[in-house]
Parts: sequence; structure tokens; C-alpha cells
Amino acid sequence: MSLIDRSAEHSSLPFSKVDWPAIRRDFPLLTQQPYGKPLAYLDNAATTQKPNIVIDSVAHFYRFDNANVHRGVYQLSERATAAFEAARDKIKYFLNAPLREEIIFVRGATEAINLVAQSYARPRLKPFDEILISAMEHHSNIVPWQMVCKQTGAQLKVIPINDNGEIMLDSYRALLSEKTKIVAITHLSNALGSIPPVQKMITMAHAREIPVLLDGAQAAAHFKVDLQTLDCDFYTFSGHKIYGPTGVGMLYGKKSYLEAMEPYQGGGEMISRVSFESSDYNSLPYKFEAGTPNIAGVVGLAAALGYINTIGLDNIRQREQQLLNYATQALEQTAGLRIIGMAKHKASIISFVLDSAHPHDISTILDQQGVAIRAGHHCAMPLMTRFNVPATARASFSFYNNESDIEQLVQSLQLVNQIFSGKMGE
Amino acid sequence: MNDELRALYQEVIIDHGRHPRNFKKLDHPSYTQEGYNPLCGDRLTLYLRIADNKIIDASFEGQGCAISMAASSLMTERIKNMPVTEARQLFDAFQNLVTQPDPPKKIREYLGKLTVLGGVRDFPVRIKCATLPWHALNACLNNITKQIVSTE
Ligand SMILES: Cc1ncc(COP(=O)(O)O)c(C=O)c1O
Repeated sequence: MSLIDRSAEHSSLPFSKVDWPAIRRDFPLLTQQPYGKPLAYLDNAATTQKPNIVIDSVAHFYRFDNANVHRGVYQLSERATAAFEAARDKIKYFLNAPLREEIIFVRGATEAINLVAQSYARPRLKPFDEILISAMEHHSNIVPWQMVCKQTGAQLKVIPINDNGEIMLDSYRALLSEKTKIVAITHLSNALGSIPPVQKMITMAHAREIPVLLDGAQAAAHFKVDLQTLDCDFYTFSGHKIYGPTGVGMLYGKKSYLEAMEPYQGGGEMISRVSFESSDYNSLPYKFEAGTPNIAGVVGLAAALGYINTIGLDNIRQREQQLLNYATQALEQTAGLRIIGMAKHKASIISFVLDSAHPHDISTILDQQGVAIRAGHHCAMPLMTRFNVPATARASFSFYNNESDIEQLVQSLQLVNQIFSGKMGE
Repeated sequence: MNDELRALYQEVIIDHGRHPRNFKKLDHPSYTQEGYNPLCGDRLTLYLRIADNKIIDASFEGQGCAISMAASSLMTERIKNMPVTEARQLFDAFQNLVTQPDPPKKIREYLGKLTVLGGVRDFPVRIKCATLPWHALNACLNNITKQIVSTE
């Protein structure tokens, strides 16, 4: 029986009691057999598969509860609104955020970062002010800041990383100055798997009263995030990378910041009174939620977080570290393979290159063996330049993956080596 | 290994992918054209020397997968000493080879060795790898036309 049948949502099992094979069966997509081979889905950093409970909750919402939120004064709309707002509370608890109105629903991490860039940074930045990001950011935590720089004359500064893919804290310290107006860094690198020392970095920025945005697009699915401990000023993640639906995500912002910010978009829901002369903005969080939101997506996201809680993020972290270690060892024994990113603190994401073949060729051959990995620049082109590779292959693991997925990966890589060493025979 | 993979990674492709021919910068090229596939980061520069409406030399540099390297290598081999008008025909024939489900025998015969790249047909996301150097070539040829037009 699957774990999700348990009602005690917040008291997860001890690690040794978790039935990982049963958990894998909660994900219907994973049973398919591409090219007649078992599917080894190892592109979880791009998006995660969805457990039945998420799929069912979205379907259930459309079947029984669908109505617009915060508008109708009929029972159905009240029910939809209650489900929608309950999801906000769930996220607040999931992240240990101080206040529910600090949780804003958005399309995803990309929209959240754009929101902060446009509504927080843009009106406040002056020429020669600085925005600090790291060398291992996803394009969605680079480009929105570049746009603000263009709009304001501010400058983008980049914290370097060492050859292991770790933030160079001394350089960070040196880069922080009275010109720095915001620090925006990833909480887990999608391309390298590195987990930066964000707690230290936040403390260092706060010592100079500089706000910090953490891009948790990857992190939130892999380990416990405690916003009150972290004390970051903005945090974001996307639903689809944390076993929830696509097209929904959340932005957390400290109330003091959010209240001082102008809305990001105008429309319905974000106002309290409109006349043709002017409008009064609604209170938080609605001020930032213009238009009809992705209600079913929000409901599905809440189901995903509930599901994660039944397993427990500590268990998830432990299982994924097992898989990371197993895969790292197996890959290191593969001829001609080099792992890019050897940070001491890593989550279950491994980027690599192979002497014999380009990542694109690797990915095509692996696909035919039922192994789905990512090949390319992982939306982190400057990072590829940093490591002097045009692209990498990337395997990213979820708790639902297992050792045989990894064996399938390694055996397929051996096939790649065979094909490209010309030892295939006809 | 299944048939599609075998067809994609034929020996000729592996060979040209690992040891691309004409892989160098050309001295005094008449035309230089970059080709870039943002999806996978494949990047190449094509160099052509043209005289009397004829491609007298062709080479390329760049980084990419086996398919794009082999396609560039095989293309530059083939177009050397080819009249510009025929290179246009060849471009069309190659497009036909990699996009049509069943390219006619006439086209296959005309393409000759280049038909080894036909295997990409079964791998839609890889077609762009094979056509990358060809689009660079086409851009060069279009520039030639423009110049001819402008000088007339
Ligand atoms: C580290 C990181 N940040 C941001 C994003 C953007 O997420 P989304 O496309 O869901 O907005 C991603 C997605 O790949 C990511 O990995």
C-alpha cells in the first residue's frame, strides 16, 4: 500500500520504514516502456513526474469544485476559494514562512524573479548601483536582472565559483559594497548540483542591509527549507519541479518589502477600488495576484506538498543522497567520463561529459535505451563557458528513482562508448 | 542497438565526427558564415572561397555533436569545386533527404555519400544538427545572390 494513504501528514516514517518501491508506484507515468525498455526518468531537474494524488486532486477540482475565486457569493465559489487559500497556508507551513500574506501565487520561479526585479529593484536602482548574482545561475536569475540594469543603468556583478562549482566566499565578501542593492542567488544549482552556503551569504548581505533573493526552483524539492531560519527576503519555487502541476509557483517576500513595492501587473483581484481617475490596490497578497490565477494548479501544488510531507523531506534527502553517491561512484568508473561540479555540498544532480561523445549524441543513444537525461547548456550558458565545455549531459535523480535506473544509465553510457570507439561491429 | 540508431551512427558519421575533414580556418575567404543551434549550443563557422561563380575552397571550424561535425565535414568535401548554382541544388536535395519520409531514388543517387545523414529523419530533434552547416551554406549563397543583384 502506498504511503499516501496515511493520514498523518506531518509525522513521516523513520527512514528504514519507508517503502520506496511503493512510492515509485504512486507515479503512473513511470511505468511506461519507451522503445520496449523500462523508463529511467533522470531529468527531474527539468521537471518532476506527478503522483496520483496530484493528478487526482486537479481532476477532482475540475469535476466538483471549479469556480472562480474571491468573487462569487455562492457555495461553489466559496469552496474553490477555500481550497485556494488553504494551499497558501500549506505553503506557509511547508517553508515555515512567518505570514500567510507573504506567499504570492505566480506562474513559476521565472515570473517570481521578474516580479522582484521589476517591482522591487527597478524603481529603487540608480546608475552604478549593483546587483549581485552567482556564476551558476539559471538564465531566469540572470536575464531579469540584466533587463533591470538596462532600464536603470545599474550593473550586474557575478560572484565567481571555483573548479568544484562552489561559491568563492572571499570574492563574495569583496564584491559586497554600499553599491550592492540586492543579492540574488540559487539555493541549488540546476546545472551542477551545488548547494551554496546561502545561510552565510544571507548573514553577510544583511550585515550591510542588502536584501537577498533565493532561487529555490531546484532546492525546494530536495531538502527542508526554513524561511524563518534562513531569513532571506525573497524566496521562490516552481510547482512543476516539486511534483506539482506546471504553470504555478510561489513567491515569498518579507511583508515589509512587499508592502513597499508597487504591483507587478494590473487587473482584477489586485485592486480594492477602481475609478477612471485612480485605483486603490488590494492588500497583500492580492496586490500581486492580478487576474484569475491557476486555481487548479494551486490545488494540485498543495496536494504535492502534502504528498512530500507524508514521505518527509529528511527521508527524501537521505534517499537522494544514497542515489547521488551510488551514481557518482558508478559514473566515475565509466571510461572517459568526467563529472562537472564536485562541490562538497551537493544534491542529486550530476553533470558530466564523455571523451568519446558529445552530450547531444549521448542523449539520443540513451533515449533509445529508455534513459531520459538532459543534454545542453541547462539554461546556464555562462556556466558552460566557465567550465570550458559547450554543453554537458545531466542526470538528475528523484527519490522515486532507484539503483536499477542508475545501472541502466551506466550500461547505456557503455554502449555510447562502444558506438563511438568504432567497436560495434556490423 | 536498434536499427534506427545503427542508421544514425553509421561508420562514416562516426569517422567524420571524430576526424572532420576541412576543419580549419580558410585564408582569405570570400564568405564567412556562422551557424548556431541555440537548443544544444552547436556552433560553427563556415568559410568559402569563391571565384567565377564557383566554390573553389570550403572549410569550417566549431564545436558540436557527431552529427553536425560529420555533416559539416561531408558537406565541405562535396562542395569544393562546385558551381554556385549546383550548390543550391545540392542544398535542396539535402533538405529533401533529411525531412521527407521517403526521398526519391534520384535524389539519393545525386547525394551519394551524403545519404548517410538520412538517418536523422527518425530523430526529429537531431535534424537541425545535420542541417546546421547547410543553412550556413545557404546564407552564404544568398549573400552571393544579393551581391550579384546589387552589382547589376
Ligand atoms: C535554478 C532554477 N531557477 C529557475 C528556474 C526556472 O523555473 P521555471 O521555468 O519553472 O520558471 C529553473 C528551471 O529550470 C531552475 O532550475
